[in-house]
Amino acid sequence: MLNSKLKLNENCLGKSCKLASQRDSFGEALLELGKQNPKVVVLAADLKNSIKIGKFATEFRDRFIQVGIAEQNMAGIAAGLSFSGKIPFIVSHGAFNPYRNWDQIRLSICYPKANVKIAASHTGFSNGPDGVSAQPLEDISIMRVLPNMVVINPIDSIQLEKTIEESVKIKGPCYIRFSKAETPIITTQGTPFKIGEADILVEGKDVTIVSCGPIIHEVLVAAKNLKAKYKIEIEVISSPTIKPLDTKTILTSAKKTGKVITVEEHQIIGGLGSAVVEILSENLPTPLLRIGMNDKFGESGSYKELKDKYGLSSHNIEEKVVSFLKGLKD
Amino acid sequence: MPQDIKRLEKIANDLKQDVIDMLLESGSGHTGGSLGTADIFAALYFQILNINPKSPNAKNRDRFVLSNGHICPIWYATLAKRGFFPKSKLWTLRKLNSDLQGHPKYQSVPGIENVSGSLGQGLSQAVGMAVAAKMDGDSYRVYVMTGDGELNEGQVWEAAMFCPSKGLNNITWIIDRNSIQSDGNTQDIMPIENLKAKLESFNWFVIEVDGHNIEEIINACNMAKSVNQRPTVIIAHTILGKGVKFMENDYVWHGRAPNPREAARALKELKSL
Repeated sequence: MLNSKLKLNENCLGKSCKLASQRDSFGEALLELGKQNPKVVVLAADLKNSIKIGKFATEFRDRFIQVGIAEQNMAGIAAGLSFSGKIPFIVSHGAFNPYRNWDQIRLSICYPKANVKIAASHTGFSNGPDGVSAQPLEDISIMRVLPNMVVINPIDSIQLEKTIEESVKIKGPCYIRFSKAETPIITTQGTPFKIGEADILVEGKDVTIVSCGPIIHEVLVAAKNLKAKYKIEIEVISSPTIKPLDTKTILTSAKKTGKVITVEEHQIIGGLGSAVVEILSENLPTPLLRIGMNDKFGESGSYKELKDKYGLSSHNIEEKVVSFLKGLKD
Repeated sequence: MPQDIKRLEKIANDLKQDVIDMLLESGSGHTGGSLGTADIFAALYFQILNINPKSPNAKNRDRFVLSNGHICPIWYATLAKRGFFPKSKLWTLRKLNSDLQGHPKYQSVPGIENVSGSLGQGLSQAVGMAVAAKMDGDSYRVYVMTGDGELNEGQVWEAAMFCPSKGLNNITWIIDRNSIQSDGNTQDIMPIENLKAKLESFNWFVIEVDGHNIEEIINACNMAKSVNQRPTVIIAHTILGKGVKFMENDYVWHGRAPNPREAARALKELKSL
């Protein structure tokens, strides 16, 4: 079922699929980047240990800055560092970075196109038990709207490592969103990754699903089950880069299947779903369904429980796909 | 020295006249703070800062960061007079397609080192530059100006806590203490006294000066260079609208530009000084 050209992890839909937290690979990727690029500086706001970036902090003591619980100052310092030729990464939970410092990201970073990378951990439901304050489900929306900003939500820990490496090749701000949860490894080292390019993970003809981030695994499971149960052939597109969106790949698929569904661990307002709606309605009006957080706040619960309750588990997705397709026929 | 001070006072007065002309032409903008800080700008750009307009991006240049971006007319006027760009640009302030935006845009013209307009953000940017200098072993200093009303913003205090903790002795923070903010007197809107004690308790080296006494400003900036292990803040007591009697200390002039009649009166007064 999986697109062989992408060299994906063939076991990713099996029971033995390996899980990993993007948060864990983030620290390793930063350390590696630090070795390669002496301009890289990392700033933390009292969550160094939580995000596991201690290795960079220890190895590059002079390029690690602890700002304390002060995300606004962190963003401003990063802008100043970039004006002096550094490539700063500002790192915290998504709930605080980019929420607490949005104005600073807009004015101090995006307006001057400062070469600052904003890395947000614990996004979506991945910090579930901590409740609403710790569940960033609006971050794609508020980052996507900013001029000069690039927005990336990689699919797994391997792709996150590649994202970190590629992000410094862009001269300008970049928002990188990742998860705390242990999620399936979908790609391999051999899987191509380029910022701005979407991947067709599964080819299909009946309906297109565009998704981003680790939640895609739920989409893949749903696609497999729907094929087995109802012979529905879903084309699954992973679009880790939400801005700039790979318009060509999405439009080509939409033209082929004539129906599009978006799935994201984020509010359906303003995120990937909205981005896809924007390009479809302007270029190729297509029946569409957005699956995600439906304009409400979450609550405390485990990652799995929250996905189940708020409609992002594979069985929820299956039901919604079937009902969407049925609605179009009626 | 007195000769030098006289020269700088003359420059400050010229800058004020340019500001009046610019704001008359633009029809909007912040007159009071621009006039009130002219003496500081003259001292910085014509005496203190290690800068060269012919090489505006030299790696080891001193940086000046303006956090209270609304008073950028005085910054633009100063940069033009110092030779960073042609004076004719001044008359495009706030107009469509101009390099001289209503609030500073990073590198829109040579010499503009930061972005501001949403208060509270400049000190952090300056800190980033000061940290970078330490990392690279560069000897340049970073000067940053904020307003006093601006101190209401929490981010300022985040940065104020940061600098001494990292021993950033290469940063000089100048507070334009005119005691006026947009809605009135700082004491009525949000009292910030005892400011000196507050900053000292944050472990800054604090110097208070008369912000219209150029010699005092220069001495304070020079003193800051010799302070070890900690940053310096200069509380510059100024008069909003200084030099134009009907504007002085009147909060209305925080955020408005003169009409032709007012501009003529202001220029006449400045020329008589």
